[in-house]
Amino acid sequence: MNIKIWARLLPYLKNLKKPLIIGFITMLVSSAIEGAYPLFTRYAVDKFVTPGTTRGIGAFALAFFALILVNGVAAIAWSRNSMVIEMRLGPALKRDCFVHLQELPLSYYNQNSVGYLISRVMSDTDRIAGLISWGVMQLLGSTFYTIGSFVYMFALNARLALVLLAVLPVAALVTWLLQKKLLVVNRRVRDVNSRISGAYNEGITGAKTSKTLVIEDRNSVEFGELTAGMYRESVRAARLQALLMQLMLIIGSVAVGVVLLRGGYLVADDMLAYGVLAAFITYAISIIDQISEISRILSDSLSAQACVERVAALLDEPRTVTDTPEVEAKYGGVFDPKRENWEPLAGRVTFENVWFKYPDGDDYILEDFSLDVPAGSTVAIVGETGAGKSTIVNLVCRFYEPTSGRVLLDGRDARERSLLWLHSSLGYVLQDPHLFSGTILDNIRYGKLGASDEEVTAAARLVSADGIAERLRDGYLTEVGEGGDMLSTGEKQLISFARAVIANPPLFVLDEATSSIDTETEKLIQDAISHILNGRTSFIIAHRLSTISRADLILVVDDGKIVERGTHSELLAQGGHYSALYTAMRIDEESAGL
Amino acid sequence: MEKKTTKLQMLLDFLRGGKRWFALAVVAMGAATLFRFLTPQVVGYTVDAVIGGKTVELPEPLANLLSSLGGGTYGGALLLCALGVAVTAVLAGAFNYAARMCNAVGSQAFVKRARDILFNHTQRLPFEWHMKHMTGDTIQRCTSDVQTTRGFVADQLIEVVRTVILIATALFIMFSMNVTMALVVSAFIPIILVYTLFFTRRIAGEFLQCDEAEGELMVAVQENLTGVRVVRAFGRERFERDRFDEKNNTLAAKWIRLGYTLGVYWGVGDVVSTLALLAVITVGAYLSAGGSFTLGEFLIFITYTQQLTWPVRQLGRTLSEMSKAGVSIERLHEIIAAPAETSEPNAKTPPLERDIVFDNVSFTYEERPVLQDLSFTVPRGATLGILGATGSGKSTLTYLLNRLYDLPRGSGSITIGGVDLREIDRAYLRRNVGLVLQEPFLFSKTIFENIDIAARTGDRAKVRDKARAAAVDDDIAAFRNGYDTMVGERGVTLSGGQKQRVAIARTLMTEAPIMVFDDSMSALDMETDAKIREALRQNTSGATVILISHRVSTLMTADKIIVLEGGRVTESGTHRDLLEQNGHYKRVYDIQSAAEVQP
Repeated sequence: MNIKIWARLLPYLKNLKKPLIIGFITMLVSSAIEGAYPLFTRYAVDKFVTPGTTRGIGAFALAFFALILVNGVAAIAWSRNSMVIEMRLGPALKRDCFVHLQELPLSYYNQNSVGYLISRVMSDTDRIAGLISWGVMQLLGSTFYTIGSFVYMFALNARLALVLLAVLPVAALVTWLLQKKLLVVNRRVRDVNSRISGAYNEGITGAKTSKTLVIEDRNSVEFGELTAGMYRESVRAARLQALLMQLMLIIGSVAVGVVLLRGGYLVADDMLAYGVLAAFITYAISIIDQISEISRILSDSLSAQACVERVAALLDEPRTVTDTPEVEAKYGGVFDPKRENWEPLAGRVTFENVWFKYPDGDDYILEDFSLDVPAGSTVAIVGETGAGKSTIVNLVCRFYEPTSGRVLLDGRDARERSLLWLHSSLGYVLQDPHLFSGTILDNIRYGKLGASDEEVTAAARLVSADGIAERLRDGYLTEVGEGGDMLSTGEKQLISFARAVIANPPLFVLDEATSSIDTETEKLIQDAISHILNGRTSFIIAHRLSTISRADLILVVDDGKIVERGTHSELLAQGGHYSALYTAMRIDEESAGL
Repeated sequence: MEKKTTKLQMLLDFLRGGKRWFALAVVAMGAATLFRFLTPQVVGYTVDAVIGGKTVELPEPLANLLSSLGGGTYGGALLLCALGVAVTAVLAGAFNYAARMCNAVGSQAFVKRARDILFNHTQRLPFEWHMKHMTGDTIQRCTSDVQTTRGFVADQLIEVVRTVILIATALFIMFSMNVTMALVVSAFIPIILVYTLFFTRRIAGEFLQCDEAEGELMVAVQENLTGVRVVRAFGRERFERDRFDEKNNTLAAKWIRLGYTLGVYWGVGDVVSTLALLAVITVGAYLSAGGSFTLGEFLIFITYTQQLTWPVRQLGRTLSEMSKAGVSIERLHEIIAAPAETSEPNAKTPPLERDIVFDNVSFTYEERPVLQDLSFTVPRGATLGILGATGSGKSTLTYLLNRLYDLPRGSGSITIGGVDLREIDRAYLRRNVGLVLQEPFLFSKTIFENIDIAARTGDRAKVRDKARAAAVDDDIAAFRNGYDTMVGERGVTLSGGQKQRVAIARTLMTEAPIMVFDDSMSALDMETDAKIREALRQNTSGATVILISHRVSTLMTADKIIVLEGGRVTESGTHRDLLEQNGHYKRVYDIQSAAEVQP
């Protein structure tokens, strides 16, 4: 157990003082009452059963009943309170992770898969909150109960209590050792499990290829080996789990046997009442339960420690692309902009001796790169897939910052003004247009929050996206589904155009889609692009000849480097990369139009 | 066609192998329960007969056994009793252990079998099924729905059986001891059961709401993280934060409200269970005051009551949760019920180094005509080139040739050496028609294993040779581990062109008499393309080759070229013939020649 890691949670617990105290008190009450139940057995035995009378049994039952009720109330209060702790701690952790993620650089996203990040934000935080709220409270309860029981027992009969006390360390040791082992085995089970999911993924994604190669049988055999491994590990885990449980039961029974033996002698010598013996037997059984509960929670927290570690690592991840304090003071941060201080952007973009390499890369992609793009002109970036065309776009958008050198906006270093200022002047269209669940209206309005319905429809019209809404029954109020999945790729593209133009941004970044779309939509998209380019500075990762030949400047990227730059006719005349690329594209477009 | 499997048959099939273990588990559970109920009996006997000195009637052999073991003296008897407690407890523990183990083994055998069957079935499902079903959804079914179904069989069903055994045994023992007391205890069983059932049903709706709210939050987070570029580019961090806050708070509020209901449920449940204890103590006291109830029996009943209440509460919960499994079973059944490709007993395995003849072939896919009246012949050992755009039906043609799709009767015929494809064994055909798909899939194995995956030669020299023919040897050699480099997540990510070339090498390895390259060089530059074609000529000598491309340079050396437009053959002939026809082929050629003229 590493205290330092857990200390990371202290600031969160400070806000939870009240519910934590309530939990503590209710647990104390509840444990005291439950610990006293065997005393009622004892009373009944010694006062009613042994003497053979029922005198005073009414009062006895009433007192018992009252305690049961109090305990019921305490249990209600306790569980409600634990839920409150869980649901304040978990969401607080989630929020901090989420907010921090909003400001982490894109390189962080490239190094960590979305699935990984989601587990950190959603499951790790849940696990921590669950442990602190229910687990730790339960731990307290079990500890209180054990201590309370011993207090009662020592009060009843110290010698017999000592006998039971001797069993305690044995039980604790056994569970502790087995639980730790169980943790390891369970981790292995999870590993194999994720391998099986991976195998399913591969088996089903690759099913078509497997058919052409006729290797279905072999795939099945290999999969069978994997599930056999899973089977072995799981059975081993189950064996440990079962062993632990039964060992505890046996230890408990041995304790009962010992109590019976010692207690029997004491009763015979009239040094112990029957009722006390009965109460001790009950204690012997229930204390063992509490011990296994305690050690279960302790080993749980051992594995939850990894969750705390991962969440802490996320929260500690430095925000490398961020505004300086001076900039933030003037222009405001991402969450609290000071729009009144923002200057308008005309759209001139200048690269000045820019050197750039990705944080996780070894090679420089831009070496002493300079480029001046006057406001209103169009830059097309062309090259093969994976050649590194997005680098320039990433720098213009300030998703990354130059390793050295400067990017200037209207002649001033981009870093002199805030990120949000730049992004608010930017229209951005991705090759794979990412829409959010919600209506078409919501999605277009994402480009300009608070835009009127008229503005939305006007933007849609501008890029010929209005036809989509007209075709749907609910028009602009149609839900697009998760990630926009209810719409076709072409439709998503058009809506993402509308989203980008609605705020009428002076600077435009566009990653053209490569996937072939039906000819009608294709035509619409071409029209949309020509509307968008009109009068704005634009950077386009281009795949279409019409877009490229219209550009004021073409950058040709190959193998991560800019190898040629110039206008269409200049580059064709050079007869280098561009002319080869151009020819290949013409053939493709020609045959696509067959 | 095999008979359609019902859901029950599917479950029984999954259960095969696990069934025996589950049966053993139930038997062991019975034994464990018996011994568990025996322990309090020994305690009771000790209190009454040994410590209390009352005469307790024991069966004669047991009494004889006790006295011969030294039960005559007080100390001896006491020691025996203590041992008795320990022994019954250890036996209960041992049987319980056995029960849990059997259950675990059975349950894991169930999961393994279910997974194996599902995996095997998905491998055998026709190509068309895979085209129509989302991979993610299928994986989801094969993993989490299997777990849910396992839980239903191994946890819930078994739990119900166990609890029923427990209750039945307890009731039997209690009624044979004291009817009045037994009635008191058994009165609480239906109360607790009904209470739990009622409450779990009631809160099921609230749980569902929490699940939905959680799903919404999940979607918000996922969309935010996958769309991080959009969020940043539009400067919507604050908007996203506010939206997240709203959903996060809604979720928390819903849980807290559910927590209020749950608190009442638990609290009242505790009270009711403890009331059972109170009732037993009070009634027991009355009975023993009347002399019809001993102290030992009193203690036994108290223990039994405590041993019963928790399982009964649990039973209510299990019963209400069992209904959820139905959905999962249904979803698995949908996969299992989809008919797989079957082996045809009388299928032929004719030699395939023969002429391929397409005769009036028409094919409709989802009511859309894809191929119409296609007729052409590929002579044995010849190379056919097919020029066609996306959607012209060229890929469908290759699927038909490989029987990935079966040509329905009456839509023409495809024959090899005069034998109709539909009569040829599928596996045999696919093994002998090497098809390189347009978007080939590589497995997460080493590159060597990937290339050798179909041929299975283990011959490193040959693999290397074929990789060289596919012009990918240099690329592979440049990887740190060469041919032993892992492909995919745990290794290198290959570029589109590298993948295509590895796939070509993989098919070359099979040395199949017929080879089909479906636009397999689209991601390669023309130089590499030419290099591979030259190597192919040397490597596939004697083989019949079909080359599909929309690059004229890839096709021009073929013995015969056909142009496919909208599912029909519009032009055919040699390169020279087609140029003379001055049609579409010529137009594409002209653009390409322009490229070659460029210095």
